[in-house]
Amino acid sequence: MRNPQLNKHGELQHLLTIDGLPRSILTAILDTAAPFTAVAEREVKKLPLLRGKSIFNLFFENSTRTRTTFEIAAKRLSADVVNLNVSTSSAAKGESLLDTVDNLSAMQADMFVVRHAASGAPFLIAQHLFATGRDHIHVVNAGDGRHAHPTQGLLDMYTIRHFKRDFTNLTVAIVGDVLHSRVARSQIGALTTLGVPEVRVIGPKTLLPTDVERLGVRVFHDIREGLRGVDVVMMLRLQNERMNGALLPTPQEFYKVWGLTAEKLALAKPDAIVMHPGPMNRGVEIDSSVADGAQAVILPQVTFGIAVRMAVMSMLAGQQGSK
Amino acid sequence: MDMQSLDAEALCKTLVEQMRPHVSPATALVGIHTGGVWLAERLHRALGLSQPPGSIDVSFYRDDFGSKGLHPQPKRTEIPFTVEGADVIIVDDVLYTGRTTRAAINELFDFGRPARVDLAVLIDRGGRELPVAPRWCALTLPEPLPANQSLQLEAGATGELTLRLIDA
Repeated sequence: MRNPQLNKHGELQHLLTIDGLPRSILTAILDTAAPFTAVAEREVKKLPLLRGKSIFNLFFENSTRTRTTFEIAAKRLSADVVNLNVSTSSAAKGESLLDTVDNLSAMQADMFVVRHAASGAPFLIAQHLFATGRDHIHVVNAGDGRHAHPTQGLLDMYTIRHFKRDFTNLTVAIVGDVLHSRVARSQIGALTTLGVPEVRVIGPKTLLPTDVERLGVRVFHDIREGLRGVDVVMMLRLQNERMNGALLPTPQEFYKVWGLTAEKLALAKPDAIVMHPGPMNRGVEIDSSVADGAQAVILPQVTFGIAVRMAVMSMLAGQQGSK
Repeated sequence: MDMQSLDAEALCKTLVEQMRPHVSPATALVGIHTGGVWLAERLHRALGLSQPPGSIDVSFYRDDFGSKGLHPQPKRTEIPFTVEGADVIIVDDVLYTGRTTRAAINELFDFGRPARVDLAVLIDRGGRELPVAPRWCALTLPEPLPANQSLQLEAGATGELTLRLIDA
């Protein structure tokens, strides 16, 4: 079966997950993002690439930051952006996901940026568009359930490449609540595809998926041991809202054992960078002195995120399958 | 005419002499990637201009984006001077349809409003599709080059410029 994300020319048709995308496409996205980073310094912070295109931000789950960065990216490309906070509108009135999609397609949408609490929702939309002969409409996954958050994974890769230049000599640690994290899944997929020789996953047994080793990572249940000698520390947010049952004692106790403090960070390489996808829980997974410290690249991540989303949207809208 | 005998270095000298009476030290050059950037650097030195030359990659401003998509590995556009109120000369190696020049002018204006914009090219190969004309041009081909051929400026290891005729 053909990868549903690629068209028959092997170009990116939808961005649903990092899994299954070849290194050449990931590298092309990062290379394309680089010149977009300079647009913000211009008198006119706009490029004409998506002039006349309509992009619908379909957020079935709240996220101010991700929605805003997608919106800024689309606007810098001159697209028309419509934000739908579906959790408070049609879905609440009982409309099904695909009916919502059909209605918006009838309004001449060119692209859907989708966030949904259910894993696979963006894939379902892409499949539906294909089955109904509307594959000129592109879908970007902005986070689905516990499954994937590919643009976050890509902006993390952009950030690592910006500060570390080369992937093939790095040791990267992902720390915290991997179990509930779609970000972690996208990061692991991207890091291994781009040739990072050692990806470590660090967390308590209750917050790591049971088969996590199968993703090609080394597992550590001791944060001090896991952080030793790493080049990049990728913290994850403790996802209180996604937890059912007693996986953790208290946030305070989590901080004591798993929180990134200056003392624990000192075990990593002296020039190690610290990343976080946001929003941060200060004093839970990360100490304020680290979050605001010289090794943190958390705010550059946000800035690069706009350029990476511009790259993804312009590559989707500009491929041969689209009209 | 014999296209193989085109001497890029000689054409460069011709262009410099054409431009010299009309530039002031404050004139700013912007080369279009890739050949135009090499040429702009050369002109900048020969004309003794004080503003550092800029470079433009028009990938994000092309009018064939809808049919051909994004060009792979676009370069960064760098304008190291203030465009607002500046005298700017856009520099390209070969002038053909005029679409690249159109895109470069549009991109330039997103950095500010220049006082004046001129165009300098090494060769006009004919085949214009837009109302674009160079102010300075070292060589205008007597007959337009056939569409299946292209002229490409190349820079050698020591920076010497050569022109190559390519059959598509």
